[in-house]
Amino acid sequence: MSAKKQSTAPAQKAPAPKAANAPAAPAAPVAKAKNVNVHHLTRVEGHGNIVVAIDKDGTVQTCRWEVPEAPRFFEAMLLGRSYTEVHQITSRICGICSIGHQLASLQATEDALGIRPSEQTVILRKLSLHGENLQSHLLHLGYLVLPDLLGVDSVIPLAKTHKKELTGLIALRRLSNEFCQTVCGRTTHPQRLIPGGMAKTPTVAELRELRQKLADSVDGLKGAAALFGAVKDKLPAFQRKTEYVGLVAHGEYALYWGQIGSTMDRRKPARFYRDITREYMVPQSTAKWSRNMMESYMVGALARFNLNHEHLSPLAAQVARDLGLVAPCHNPYYNNLAQLVECVHSTEDSIALIDALLTRGLRREFPAKITPRAGQGTGAVEVPRGILFHNYEYDDEGRIVQADCVIPTNQNHGNIQHDLDEMVPGLAALSEAEIELRTSMLVRAYDPCISCSTHCIDARGLEDDNPRGVIFVRA
Amino acid sequence: MAKKPKIAFFDFAGCEGDQLQIANLEETLLDVLGHVEIGEFREVRTGGKGPYDIAFVEGSITMPKDEERLKAIRAESKTLVALGACATIGGINCMKNFLGPGVYRPEVYGDRARWYETYDARPLRAVVPVDAEIHGCPIDRDEFLRVTKELLLGKKPWLPDYPVCVECKMAGNVCRYEFGELCLGIITRAGCKATCVTEGARCWGCRGLAPHANMDAARYVMEDRAGRSRLEVQDLMRMYLGYTSTTL
Ligand code: SF4
Ligand code: SF4
Repeated sequence: MSAKKQSTAPAQKAPAPKAANAPAAPAAPVAKAKNVNVHHLTRVEGHGNIVVAIDKDGTVQTCRWEVPEAPRFFEAMLLGRSYTEVHQITSRICGICSIGHQLASLQATEDALGIRPSEQTVILRKLSLHGENLQSHLLHLGYLVLPDLLGVDSVIPLAKTHKKELTGLIALRRLSNEFCQTVCGRTTHPQRLIPGGMAKTPTVAELRELRQKLADSVDGLKGAAALFGAVKDKLPAFQRKTEYVGLVAHGEYALYWGQIGSTMDRRKPARFYRDITREYMVPQSTAKWSRNMMESYMVGALARFNLNHEHLSPLAAQVARDLGLVAPCHNPYYNNLAQLVECVHSTEDSIALIDALLTRGLRREFPAKITPRAGQGTGAVEVPRGILFHNYEYDDEGRIVQADCVIPTNQNHGNIQHDLDEMVPGLAALSEAEIELRTSMLVRAYDPCISCSTHCIDARGLEDDNPRGVIFVRA
Repeated sequence: MAKKPKIAFFDFAGCEGDQLQIANLEETLLDVLGHVEIGEFREVRTGGKGPYDIAFVEGSITMPKDEERLKAIRAESKTLVALGACATIGGINCMKNFLGPGVYRPEVYGDRARWYETYDARPLRAVVPVDAEIHGCPIDRDEFLRVTKELLLGKKPWLPDYPVCVECKMAGNVCRYEFGELCLGIITRAGCKATCVTEGARCWGCRGLAPHANMDAARYVMEDRAGRSRLEVQDLMRMYLGYTSTTL
């Protein structure tokens, strides 16, 4: 097996950010103007640009996070569709979060139609979410973030230089795929999750086998934690106080359900999500941005960690301590570490959930009987990148009359921009390559899913104080 | 050793679920990478330059500007492969075509509709010649490997020309129609091992129509025999099969 060592030269104008992890040069007067223009940032889902211009005197002229994407009109496409297929359609908003989209969608539908899924269904759904969390976090950490920390431009050269570490991560990721396969039938766009229940459940033997494999994977996770612990000082020590928003629920590390919690605000039931997300449009993006108490807020693994860290499983709490992750943590780069901690939590909690299922006995259940009725409902689920809301209104035949989806990455865009605003002036003395690396790593730390975020743009219902005359950046 | 063939991945409007299946090959992916040189694979790295031996393209064409980019990719690639339903048949994106731009634009953009450039969604083959298609939503990993292998060996990839029902029977499923439910397996091209039916749902039609699918008979089965309403049948057919000259 020889993954070919790639020639350096990435497509961007700036020089290769390879091995640019050297400590920051002491702030010297900036001799020449600097321009960083990252067109279509690599190793993120979807397309985004970073534009930074610093003049000769070291003054930041431009500092922008741009989101150009081709919207796909999901909210319009849902109009008139029946409750039986809505979750299958919204699943296609995003391949990586397809399970989370299905669950948020099912919750919204069930809320609107007054259906309560059984306890067994809820456990299986929580398991699905853990599986997806593992799939997504491991992909992000292993394939997208690790190259930055090891000073290479992609995961490909790591197959040579860090074979053992990489195969360890790949094995974990394969397990996360098997996990989703076992619980929801497919790794992406699963078919077992349906309104009111599960179309098919895993067998006892399958669950036992999965439990065993998860238990065996703990060592691998510890290895991954050690690997990231060893290179974590490559994550810049940048701090900015902001608001963190995520689900909170009594006595658990809330992922599947709960109220909307904030580090600065009162809890709110999910159906008041619009009070928090307050979306507005900005000139540089086709996606909508959000704000609540401050100018912006952050969602995702770090937000969940800050809100729910007391409920982490024992080993996950231990790994957090070992990694030096302490709540409240205001370093957005540490979102990567929070994801790693969540991988451990998801594994341990899944083992506990499987035990619970096996102890209570797996039952053959039939999905709840559904009689369509008019109504409105909201679903709120923590997906890998943060809190996701779906809100639907149905007519009395169970067909959609109004749909709204608020995507985690859209809630993060504003926070990314504010982080850049605060960070970039301090980088004025660095080389262009170094500025590019720092800003790219920042955006990557948020694990943005831009393809997801712009597929749900919705410009209706803007508040009056919103900037008008939006300029849309084209891909 | 001969020069390694250069492959690249591109995406248009889609969920990137198909490229994800390629990442999901895990260890096998490393083996594949040993035999090819990766040009462009944005989720992993950029920086490759054409020409490419094989370009895999995911997603639908949804605005005039996409056409230029796709044509440029076509011009640089010896073989162009459509990856996944959005690219092969237009897929989910074509649902909006039935609303008409008069509805979908204002519905999403309000009074800013005129800012956007967009038109009816379409598959790749509506814009450029496509050499091979890997169907599915998302694609089947084994099928991707098989087709890629065949292409690397210079063969024309094989596609099943029978409907999903054949594989569904092989999987030992009870037919959805026995439960009085709808299923598009009767007209959809096989190759997915009937996974959706096996996992408890129905066939949604994501692999496109099988060659010579008998639409009149299908309608008879769905409406007259299974007794489902015209609207339900239409909904299902418009989910993936929207880009077609057949009336749906
Ligand atoms: S074909 Fe399906 S899996 Fe592929 S991009 Fe389109 S929606 Fe996603
Ligand atoms: S369930 Fe669908 S795919 Fe299977 S035999 Fe019946 S119609 Fe064909």
